[in-house]
Amino acid sequence: MKKNSLKAWLYLLPAILFLGCFMVYPLVDVLVYSLEEGYSSASQSYYGVGLYNFSYVLRDPYFLQAVKNTFLLVIITVPLSTGIALLISLGLNAIKPLRGFFQTVYFLPYVTNTLAVGLVFMILFKKTAYTDGLVNLMLHFFGGGTVDFIDGPYWAKMFVLCFYTVWVVMPFKILILTSALASVNPEYYSAARMDGANSRRIFRKITLPMISPMIFYLVITGFIGAFKAYSDAVALFGTDLNAAGMNTIVGYVYDMLYGNSGGRPSFASAAALILFAIVLTITCINLLISKKRVHY
Amino acid sequence: MEAKLDYDLIERRAALKKRLFRTADYFFLVLWAVMVLFPFYWMILTSVKSYSSYNSEYIPAFFTLTPTLLNYREAFSAVPLARYFLNTLIFTVATTGLMMVVIVPAAFAFARLEFRGKQLAFTFFLSLMMIPTELVVITNFVTITNLHLRNTFAGLILPSVTSVFYIYLLKENFEQIPDELYRAAQVDGTSDFKYLTHVMMPISKPTLVTIVILKVIECWNSYIWPRLITDNPKYFLVSNGIQEIRENGFGRENIPAMMAAVVVISAPLIVLFLIFRKKIMAGVSRGGTKG
Amino acid sequence: MKVVLRNLTKRFPSRSKKGDEVIAVNNFDFEIPDGKLIGLLGPSGCGKSTTLNLISGLEAPTEGQIFFGDDDVTRLPPENRGVGLVFQNYALYPHLTVLENIMFPLENLKGKNKMSKQEMREKAREAAALVQIEGLLERRPGEMSGGQQQRVAIARALVKRPRVLLLDEPLSNLDARLRLQTREEIRRIQQETGITTIFVTHDQDEAMSISDMIVVMKAGVVQQIGAPQEVYDDPVNLFVATFLGTPPINVFDASVSGGMLVIGKDRVLPVPGVPDGKITAAIRPEGFVLDGNGPFSLKLTRVEVMGRDTSVVSTHPDCRSPFVRSIIPSRKDFRADGGVVRFSLVPEKVHLFDPESEIRVPFEAGGTAQ
Repeated sequence: MKKNSLKAWLYLLPAILFLGCFMVYPLVDVLVYSLEEGYSSASQSYYGVGLYNFSYVLRDPYFLQAVKNTFLLVIITVPLSTGIALLISLGLNAIKPLRGFFQTVYFLPYVTNTLAVGLVFMILFKKTAYTDGLVNLMLHFFGGGTVDFIDGPYWAKMFVLCFYTVWVVMPFKILILTSALASVNPEYYSAARMDGANSRRIFRKITLPMISPMIFYLVITGFIGAFKAYSDAVALFGTDLNAAGMNTIVGYVYDMLYGNSGGRPSFASAAALILFAIVLTITCINLLISKKRVHY
Repeated sequence: MEAKLDYDLIERRAALKKRLFRTADYFFLVLWAVMVLFPFYWMILTSVKSYSSYNSEYIPAFFTLTPTLLNYREAFSAVPLARYFLNTLIFTVATTGLMMVVIVPAAFAFARLEFRGKQLAFTFFLSLMMIPTELVVITNFVTITNLHLRNTFAGLILPSVTSVFYIYLLKENFEQIPDELYRAAQVDGTSDFKYLTHVMMPISKPTLVTIVILKVIECWNSYIWPRLITDNPKYFLVSNGIQEIRENGFGRENIPAMMAAVVVISAPLIVLFLIFRKKIMAGVSRGGTKG
Repeated sequence: MKVVLRNLTKRFPSRSKKGDEVIAVNNFDFEIPDGKLIGLLGPSGCGKSTTLNLISGLEAPTEGQIFFGDDDVTRLPPENRGVGLVFQNYALYPHLTVLENIMFPLENLKGKNKMSKQEMREKAREAAALVQIEGLLERRPGEMSGGQQQRVAIARALVKRPRVLLLDEPLSNLDARLRLQTREEIRRIQQETGITTIFVTHDQDEAMSISDMIVVMKAGVVQQIGAPQEVYDDPVNLFVATFLGTPPINVFDASVSGGMLVIGKDRVLPVPGVPDGKITAAIRPEGFVLDGNGPFSLKLTRVEVMGRDTSVVSTHPDCRSPFVRSIIPSRKDFRADGGVVRFSLVPEKVHLFDPESEIRVPFEAGGTAQ
């Protein structure tokens, strides 16, 4: 038995080593950093212990801007993407020919490089000296004014960011919802039709409750994912997100660590812990609601 | 007679409703397909337009009659795109390979071996799944910097070779293999290691392939960690490369060449996806999330 | 409500071969009288469930028509047909309570049929009382036994007062004891409501015991329609004869010679009017009468005492199954000499079939050999 135990731990050793170095130790360390006041990477010294880092971050206008951007992004994209994904999945579920083709097409954004395709969105929305960009031309065609979505007003930039985020998260949601819909026993639909329910009622009373666990799963993961948004913003607006006014909380953390305002891991840690607290709170609220609303 | 007419009406209405619904459904689905495909079309289209014709089009043309591959040559010659490519390939292969070496024995130990503290260790592993990467990246950045591993492959690779989630996924899969096989192997005098490599891994091949594919996608698209840890273009991965192209390279002016680079970067994963479509989609629905 | 099926045919495209078609129901022609309980009987894959789906409207026929009374409902969607359907797996909505499940069809009513909540609740209670589950209204389907779920499913199908009630394998998911109880229950509910009811089953006991009429199907084709006893006593072909009855009928490869049925070497029964030649003889287990001087001798294997009856298991080289089963009233003094039992046969329990077409060859029972 003793020999056996030793052998088992040997099998686990690589995983434990790596997890210890790059996950457990950092977790403890990030707490330490967040409490060390005035720490500087250059001198590797600090002059006090306390909550100053948190209060600094919470008063930093860049951080507040990042929080505002992130919350807006979350509130707009999570319901929107889940709703559209549900509609598309229902549409997919109702057809037979071409279903596989559509499923394949819809999944494409999942396997693309966020940064690379973000550039395509940028040139579609950007207004330059040479051209107003395709989107603006279309707006113009339908009688609207032109606006620079990449370097223009805040709402326009926010719109592009949300649009791109929805585009990027859609494949995962469609995939999950289509398989959830496909796993509903078709006998329930037959039964509901026999009971004279029209399609809207079948959807509200049968389909929706049956797939509600998966919808809540998507909402929860969607919230978590959207709170950690960063790469999409970089792809559209470049690395200097503070200047563009489009930074996100995660972006703020990385900027504190590295880049123009970098070298301050204490502030980064404080900001990361604040983000973690927000995500944890929201997830708990989500779970509480889902306990009440989801039937099984 | 009147009742008869009534039935006819109901029948016709039901049929009409069905047709209308079907048409609207397809219209809607095609619309979203266009939304998804259009950026891809646009990037390919732009990449084959010549620099001068792109810049002379105030209203962009939706097709081009004189496609050119010059932009691709430009993309590879003006910036070290081939280098970024090679770096990404090395990074992806090494990370994925090392990860498999780390997670397979761990999953095996949890699934098959009995040892003291197993329950505790496994619970601890599971609880690590809840830790967001953003939280640990900060210290890892400092650690790698202090070890002078910035701008090295070791610095890029080491922090991402374990995944608690994949250990969990694999362990669940290993546990599905019936006990009798293990007993039979023990009776035959097979060692644990040989049992793992000769019996368990072949049986679990579908799951292993799924994990490899998901990890490859993740590696190929990773941006944040490489950006933190590399500032020397010699070690840039494609994501960082494309960002560099956009901010400092030819991208500002030469959009067609930038799109050519984007096409080249996106192509491998799309090809991989088209080949392993079913596997990838099944794998993702079993527990992948983006990023 | 009278239900008329006129030349009903359903073809599916074949799954294995492209362009091929599978005929699930072939030219079904039948008039179901009002207020009767009809059993659709056949082995699995014979098209009985498809027939049910055609009547319910869940599937559309390839050819033919369906009438409820004088109304042609062939192309009518299910919700307008006024049918209630009980699914094999009950298909109770797992997220709704029993009361909500039963009320569900009522909530879908529109126009002048619309009911108030109060009315709906009352109707649902009535339906629940009919199937005797008043005490379970607040439970969810997952918290109930199979038999209880079955009752809820029936209540849900009945609550709208359908013109026709359809049951798909209503007893197949119940254990043996519940099965007996539930089939009585179905009979009682049908008689209380007087609704024309059609149920599908592969179990001939079930169909025989409660139906007013049974329809025996095979490979999409109706074999025989009639009252259970009638079909049992007068099967039109070998398939119907073997499909009905437990233990199953004993089939022998026999011949007729000079008006006598010959099995092996025994001239067992006079069958006047049947020409000489090969013939397939089928004898019901209860058609054997223990008789020391009987003409039919069998090699005894064992005797199974089953309380009221005794089952005599023996062998015969010309029997198509390994054992011949016969049922005789229990006798304590049962004895076999030298391992051989002798029987005489009850003419009404012996059926003859053409060996090629397997169609019944009639003979005059009670006649004597020429």
